[in-house]
Amino acid sequence: MGRGVTATAPDLRTRLGDVVLANPVMTAAGCAGTGRELAQFFDVTELGAVVTRSVMRDAQPGPTGIRMVETPSGLLSDVGMPGAGIDGFLATDLPWLAQRKARTVVSVAGSTLEEYAELARRVGNSPGVTAIEVNLLELAGDPYRAAKVINVVRRDTARGVPVLAKLSPDARSVVDVARAVVDSGADALTLVSRLRGLSIDPVTMRPRLDGPTAGLSGPAIRPVALRCVYAVHAVLPDVPLVGVGGVGTGADALEFVLAGASAVQVGTVTFSDPSAPLRVRDELATELQARGFARAADAVGYAHRDEELSR
Amino acid sequence: MTPVTSDRGPVHVAAEVLSVKRSGAYSHLTLVADGVAERTRPGRFVALARGGEAALLRRPFWVHRVRPSGAYGGTVEIVVAVRGRGTAALAALRRHDEVDLVGPLGRPFALPKEPVPSILVGGGYGSAALFLLAERLRERGCPVHMLLGAGTEARLFGTLEARRSAKSVTVTTRDGSVGIPGLVTGPLPDLLERTGGAVVYACGPSPMLAVVAAVARDHGAWSQCALEQPMACGTGICMTCLVPVVGEDGVEKQVRACVEGPVLRGDQVRWDAV
Repeated sequence: MGRGVTATAPDLRTRLGDVVLANPVMTAAGCAGTGRELAQFFDVTELGAVVTRSVMRDAQPGPTGIRMVETPSGLLSDVGMPGAGIDGFLATDLPWLAQRKARTVVSVAGSTLEEYAELARRVGNSPGVTAIEVNLLELAGDPYRAAKVINVVRRDTARGVPVLAKLSPDARSVVDVARAVVDSGADALTLVSRLRGLSIDPVTMRPRLDGPTAGLSGPAIRPVALRCVYAVHAVLPDVPLVGVGGVGTGADALEFVLAGASAVQVGTVTFSDPSAPLRVRDELATELQARGFARAADAVGYAHRDEELSR
Repeated sequence: MTPVTSDRGPVHVAAEVLSVKRSGAYSHLTLVADGVAERTRPGRFVALARGGEAALLRRPFWVHRVRPSGAYGGTVEIVVAVRGRGTAALAALRRHDEVDLVGPLGRPFALPKEPVPSILVGGGYGSAALFLLAERLRERGCPVHMLLGAGTEARLFGTLEARRSAKSVTVTTRDGSVGIPGLVTGPLPDLLERTGGAVVYACGPSPMLAVVAAVARDHGAWSQCALEQPMACGTGICMTCLVPVVGEDGVEKQVRACVEGPVLRGDQVRWDAV
């Protein structure tokens, strides 16, 4: 297929299950605050979707003290799951996004199956919710238990609201977990959550951040995330994938799209460049146009094309 | 919907370095940055990114001085202490270099309604945050007393400038190289008694702020503390800078040092858990 530069801007629309987004660029869970903070810098309704911080059933404090360490090209952080719980979220954060008609993907996290079910019932039936992204926490690497969670969330979420399962790159086989959660009802997969990480303080000679939620994000994990997208798309080409991990530019986003992602999430870079999500959208459009793609959808999985021919 | 840029909210601009001066152990940068000066209130900060491989995250800096309009446009002055690769890259900036700036960020110091005696306590380069404040307080007729300390003479900031800004200046160094030997909080009780200080403003490391808050409380004075909390974003999204406080209602909660702070009431912070 010969490709030149197309004259018109590409059609960026993308599909996740029953939902069509205006473009493939979203924020990443925990990297966009409530939406209001970033609205000081750009119009959040122009994004494909805003992904919320993970919402838990009950209000949670976050850990205090030093919660992050900058590592080479990465950010090791452990902020727990601070928030006002589902009541606070539905009363304050969701209405703000809904009033502006921002497409909103609500990240939910539970500590029991019952909590996930309750979150699914309450979030998944609220107006203004475009999709649910399931933060599987430490279950994200376990095919059996992850599938059980996805099963109850899908069961209790309204039809037409896609359920995205966010998977961990630390799984022994991310493909096995992907198959398991798709079999139990996930409409799309978000790949990947942060890698587990550790940093040791040379002065105290003890771990600086060692909680179970300490994880590495940023450009350092991009090749890992990209490989997960590539590997899962190869075996589940019909399942929409959302690529996340170190996306800082449109060129990075393009890599994820070519590997098989129908959408990308922009996370850690937003901490340093609060306008990054919208910039990535514009840069992705330019990258697609420069390669002659009239539609973003045509570029999804394009890196696999020779495998498809040989199949 | 357009972005909600108010005259209080932060801007994201490419700033140009107008000058770089050495000031003891620190680099003192003057930046031309559109729209920042007029939004700045004492106690707010700016976050800088050099780009490139040096650092993934921005670095926060106190605003030392601002000039809303000058020959080059609005300027912002900051003081850089080199702590690692990110701050080293910023300290190495030269005249005409470009640097990416977000700010001003955070909530400012609350100013007294009455012209009461005010004591300003600065630790290390945290002193930089106090000069804009001293100006505002003097405009309100508040007698300003400055108490500036650091580990060594080289790590003091603004002691000469302070003599122009304040009615009295007290200097301390931990190694005794200049001024009163010891911690900056040492002379505070005496200064409060001598001046009848009604409010103490402080900027510096948390252990210093904790002592300032306790001493102020013991003397029946208010304290306003500007925290130097490590933070990844400065804009309120990353949740790495949570500080435990006890609100007016007596209920403990957590606030983000970047958005609800960096200035917090000293009597409300749970210093033992910061």
